[in-house]
Amino acid sequence: MKFVEGLKADVTADIVYMMCPMHLLKLEEMIKNLEDGQVIEILTDYDGALEDIPIWCEITGNEFLGMDENEDYYKFYIKKKSKAYK
Amino acid sequence: MRKCFFDHVATNPLHPEVLNAMMPYFKEEFGNPLSVYDLGTRARDAVEKARSEVASLINAKPSTIIFTSSGTEANNFALKGIALARQNQGRHLIVSKVEHHSVLNTARFLEKNGFVVTYLPVDKYGFVDPDIVKKSITKETILISVAFANSEIGTIEPIKEIANIAKERNIVFHTDAVAAVGNIPVDVKELSVDLLSMAAHQFYGPKGVGALYVREGLRIVPLIYGGIQEGGRRAGTENVPAIVGMGKAAELTKIELNKRMEHCKKLRDRIIESMLKIPNVYLTGHFEKRLPHHASFVVEFIEGEAMLLLASMKGIYAASGSACTSKTLKISPTLLALGISPALAQGSIVFSVGIDNSDEDVDYFISEFPEVINKLREMSPFTKGWDNATQTEKCYTGQQIFPKKGD
Repeated sequence: MKFVEGLKADVTADIVYMMCPMHLLKLEEMIKNLEDGQVIEILTDYDGALEDIPIWCEITGNEFLGMDENEDYYKFYIKKKSKAYK
Repeated sequence: MRKCFFDHVATNPLHPEVLNAMMPYFKEEFGNPLSVYDLGTRARDAVEKARSEVASLINAKPSTIIFTSSGTEANNFALKGIALARQNQGRHLIVSKVEHHSVLNTARFLEKNGFVVTYLPVDKYGFVDPDIVKKSITKETILISVAFANSEIGTIEPIKEIANIAKERNIVFHTDAVAAVGNIPVDVKELSVDLLSMAAHQFYGPKGVGALYVREGLRIVPLIYGGIQEGGRRAGTENVPAIVGMGKAAELTKIELNKRMEHCKKLRDRIIESMLKIPNVYLTGHFEKRLPHHASFVVEFIEGEAMLLLASMKGIYAASGSACTSKTLKISPTLLALGISPALAQGSIVFSVGIDNSDEDVDYFISEFPEVINKLREMSPFTKGWDNATQTEKCYTGQQIFPKKGD
């Protein structure tokens, strides 16, 4: 797993306490409205996201920048790649 | 025989337009809102339209409304959801002593599971004192919950003041507005509440559907896990006909609220006036700061349950403040919290009018109900010597503790 610290995101999706598959649905819904190169931050306490989000990035062609965590939840950072939507 | 339904705090008849709006979703429009084909997308659109209408009634954004199965579920969701979400910040909750059982029993459950709960006292009108709220707050306090209006005594609480106290201290504030929404204006932005519960059948919508308003950005742990319905916050296939009904009922309520309030208040005031002409009958709650459709009393020397039975034989349907307790013969915690003695609290009766009631209903009530009281008092052992007895011989009298007009 790639860890990052202090990354600035353009938008944040706070889905703490929400279970699978909200992390992927929210990601898909919000990334559509971003410009190429913009970064989305997903806040979630769902453990399955550790596996799902990097794989989702691989499949969709968006860039997984890495993750950070605190006591309560994980933070995932994903950069939009427009070519994934052409 | 005339039928006068004066128990609108228990429930309301379905508005005919609400039923019409619901019918297609029981029949041809039976789709699951999660299905991708047109039947599903139409059901989803109907649910989202209802969400906008319910949101609009309380001046909220549609995304802040989560549909539930009842006001009770909304209250359970609010308390448990915030307690679990914030337990790392503190484990202290504050609720009033005059909350509905769905708040009180949830608080008791949390108490058994490691949370500490403060139960706020109320004054003789049922008001929570904002100063006592302030004094009850500790470093550990994570949630305050006070009902908007009380269904047993009609008292409307100073919600805005209490919400501001909570906001200043970064404490989540929930209000159970089940008895309020549909009967008085409710605006979540003006009140700055974080969570608010409501139930559709309190404003001429169907039973089996309610909603919880959750302020944007507030984290809450779901009560029911499963699929992605309600944004993952309340799983389970949506009760589409009921939700559509709630939406329609909210739309009609928004348009008609002022007219409804005026109509109900007029009838309610006539009931109060006529009841207080009977000796040893007292109003509970406050004369002015009460729900416009609500009249509640304590009748000395006789029991609420007996009044209900005799009244129902005359086609007058009411409730007793000790209602939820009638099966167990327990006394209403709300009336006890007002300082009313258990003996007096037995004589509690609540009349609540609605848009389906008329002046003729109240005329009938005024001509028939005093007879119910007289008949029961004639049979009551407590009234012996009531007229002739000296002050010390009287069993009990509530004259001292009840509110007077102009208080």
